[in-house]
Amino acid sequence: MSTIAHDADDFVASAEVPEMELYHPKTWLGTYVFSQDAKVIAVQYFCTAMGIGFLALIMSMLMRLQLGFPGTFSFINPSVYIQLVTMHGMIMVIYLLTALFLGAFGNYLIPLMVGARDMVFPYVNMLSFWIYFVAVLVLVASFFVPGGPTGAGWTLYPPQAILQGTPGAEWGILLMLVSLAIFIVGFTMGGLNYVVTVLQARTRGMTLMRMPLTVWGIFMATVLALLAFPALLVSAIMMILDMTLGTSFFMPAIVSMGQPLDHTGGNPILFQHLFWFFGHPEVYIVALPAFGIVSDLLSVHARKAIFGYRMMVWAIVVIAALSFVVWAHHMYVSGMNPYFGFFFATTTLIIAVPTAIKVYNWVLTLWRGNIRLTVPMLFAIGFIFTFVNGGLTGLFLGNATIDLPLSDTMFVVAHFHMVMAVSPVLVVFGAIYHWYPKVTGRMLDDTLGKFHFWVTFLGTYAIYYPMHYLGFLGVPRRYYSIEGTDFIPESAMSLNAGISIAAFIVGAVQLVFIYNLIVSYYRGREAGSNPWEATTLEWQTADTPPKHGNFGKELPLVYRWAYDYSVPGAEHDFIPQNVPPSSVEKGTNETNQ
Amino acid sequence: MAYAVVLLLLVIGSILFHFLSPWYFTPLASNWSSIDDALVITFWVTGAVFVIVNLFLAYCVMKFGYKKSRRADYEPENKKLEIWLTVFTSIGVAAMLAPGLYVWAEIINPPEDADVFEVLGKQWQWSYRFPGEDGALGTVDTRHISSDNPFGMNPDDPNGQDDILVSSNEVHLPIDRPVVALMRSQDVLHNFTVAQFRVKMDMVPGLVTQMWFTPTKLGKYDALCEELCGVGHYTMRGHVVVDEEADFKAWLKTHPTYAETVSGTGAAAAIAGLSLVEQGRMLAESRACVACHSTDGSSGIGPTWQGLFGRTETLVDGTTVVVDADYLKESILNPNAKVVQGFAPVMPPGSYTETELDALITYIIDGLGEDSE
Repeated sequence: MSTIAHDADDFVASAEVPEMELYHPKTWLGTYVFSQDAKVIAVQYFCTAMGIGFLALIMSMLMRLQLGFPGTFSFINPSVYIQLVTMHGMIMVIYLLTALFLGAFGNYLIPLMVGARDMVFPYVNMLSFWIYFVAVLVLVASFFVPGGPTGAGWTLYPPQAILQGTPGAEWGILLMLVSLAIFIVGFTMGGLNYVVTVLQARTRGMTLMRMPLTVWGIFMATVLALLAFPALLVSAIMMILDMTLGTSFFMPAIVSMGQPLDHTGGNPILFQHLFWFFGHPEVYIVALPAFGIVSDLLSVHARKAIFGYRMMVWAIVVIAALSFVVWAHHMYVSGMNPYFGFFFATTTLIIAVPTAIKVYNWVLTLWRGNIRLTVPMLFAIGFIFTFVNGGLTGLFLGNATIDLPLSDTMFVVAHFHMVMAVSPVLVVFGAIYHWYPKVTGRMLDDTLGKFHFWVTFLGTYAIYYPMHYLGFLGVPRRYYSIEGTDFIPESAMSLNAGISIAAFIVGAVQLVFIYNLIVSYYRGREAGSNPWEATTLEWQTADTPPKHGNFGKELPLVYRWAYDYSVPGAEHDFIPQNVPPSSVEKGTNETNQ
Repeated sequence: MAYAVVLLLLVIGSILFHFLSPWYFTPLASNWSSIDDALVITFWVTGAVFVIVNLFLAYCVMKFGYKKSRRADYEPENKKLEIWLTVFTSIGVAAMLAPGLYVWAEIINPPEDADVFEVLGKQWQWSYRFPGEDGALGTVDTRHISSDNPFGMNPDDPNGQDDILVSSNEVHLPIDRPVVALMRSQDVLHNFTVAQFRVKMDMVPGLVTQMWFTPTKLGKYDALCEELCGVGHYTMRGHVVVDEEADFKAWLKTHPTYAETVSGTGAAAAIAGLSLVEQGRMLAESRACVACHSTDGSSGIGPTWQGLFGRTETLVDGTTVVVDADYLKESILNPNAKVVQGFAPVMPPGSYTETELDALITYIIDGLGEDSE
């Protein structure tokens, strides 16, 4: 094993191609509104996603008000309640998490981390944001139409989604489906950008296996998105046709509210197959970028190479591939052919193996590391703890037999929040504290950051861990009120109240974070170009914040992988990717203990 | 260091919570103890992983804090370790999957000698059907459903003539007899769940789905809808009463057969012989009015019936109305005509005979005070 660096001797000589010509805007509108700079577009995605996400957070506070203190607020009636449930879910999964990981983090980090000046299709990139923005507007419009937004659950199952008895069955659901279709168009554009940029625009020396895991995570998630979103698109179109043209894709013979309907011959389970064929990869579209990012956070702040980089890459690829053959674990009680249960339970438990390997490797990265407990590291460790919890409860639900008593109970709600809303969001926060200095040139306040971390981490665990036990009891999900049964004890109501209070506290502390984001922009400590002493290319830019074109006159040349931390024999405990072997300062301290 | 302590406390706290909290499986009342067993195995395997991984995490956080004079280890890979970890994980996964699949095979294969009954779901109530003497359920079709034929019975099928129709949210089942629940819906997706039985299955319009179980404890159990089916989802509830064989048979006799409902004889006639208030109460139950309209003043999807008669209500258009028998009749037959302010227009219209209307209205006016609620 070489004493200086991993594979410094072999950098790839490239075919000589001229550099891409960037579009240089001449107007204020062209620079800040219709910008073709991926970094500006990233900030636009970030602000829009956070804005709509904040709205969805408030919706969840209202839901918790009703669950914890039933009947206290008369304006939260059963109809409003399930509209809140639906819109909260859809906004958070699609319009916040997907947009944030792919649109915001993807746009900002991919070109910088692979050594490109921008995405390969900058104009299409600009369009992709504005199309996303229109999709958000259409979604918000559904709050103002007659009947209000849809209350069909984020899963939008027919026939109920388009029939009387469900709120928004006339206009709300239509706007929701149209908004999703618009979103998918925008994200296909964005997705093409991210995939082609990673495949074609890496700088000289940046082989695929030298890319940071952040890029791998977002890249594979984008591949998933390109392949999975079409299933959602077609199911949305078919449902629109059922509603507007009277087709019967999903509609069998029905007597609704005493009236026989014109439909016949359709099957509601077809929608579920299409939806979940999209829906399961979707959760990995959220999880994989988080996996990639957290690997880098752990590595940088523990001053240690991510353990098992190659295995980590393969695990991401294998998880992505397997994610297409597990979808019907969401459908064990759907009435589909029961023999499918054998197949999907098996594939689902198989996908646990590469996922577990990633967890081991994250912890093994910390083993014998030199751990700086910075705010990003606090969040990264918090991710590991909560993801272990959320991933393990997935093993209960993935096993068809055990899913039966737990399906449609609060156990499911606890599981998917822990594994999609807590762990990835802890990574989002960690990532923001980590990259804010590069985006703005200033550090976020450390004390506020630690406070934000502790309340969020402990608070979200206090919300979702006990919630699993409501599920064991048999408390159903999507219920406006659980009063009036014989088997749900009073203590469960008290538990609900406690969970609600924890939720209010966690919700409130996010205001501290927003305050930190805004105030640090003006008064934060100046960061310099590489405050965390990291190896990846985004920290080696000529300017901070990086200007249009990212790297100044010359693109970087890459000589090593992204994880040369604490290399034996080196003077510093990190060697940036673009430092040639001949320039590495040798240290006097030869040992690594 | 503090972080490591917090992680340790969280692990210990989670374990203590698990063993000390009062919230765990609702006691089993069916044969499906194997589901509980599979759950417990999963708990042990995942519990072990939870403890080991997080304690190791806490240890690392505690032991390897930053020191400027130190360097981290440089060992990017350890093939042997990675292979062993993969093997161990696969064994753990198999240990959970195997019992799961084994029990699944039992779940989807009802015993040959199981009884059969049907659960019919519609927004937002349950009804049930038992095969009569011939042991066979008659065929049904959604297209036959009408106010005279709420179960959609095929009138030409002789098997259906003696089917016993239970137009109520409550069903009785005999103890210790395996039973297959054949389930269907006439409108949207529903799911018939009794927590104590463990099994559940969606009810899909256009299909018949099924699940099977053997009730093993006498008692009255809540049945909840567990597939979001609209605004009344949370209030779509019934009961399953597990009886001794003799009591079950007696209960069955109090419900009419399909043939009797057509001809108005037998048990159907017996219902007609009850007082108007009694008939009204039974209708309010069987047509699930009480799912949305409380009789004790509590709020629900619809206005409470307590004190309703004679009350002045404000409608959504701002006008007021004094609730009299005419208003009640109109609102039952044409619910969206005069909706009370603050309530959503989601009441399903229904067809009722004159007698049924009289009965319901009499109950609302006179019968509420006799309720033991």
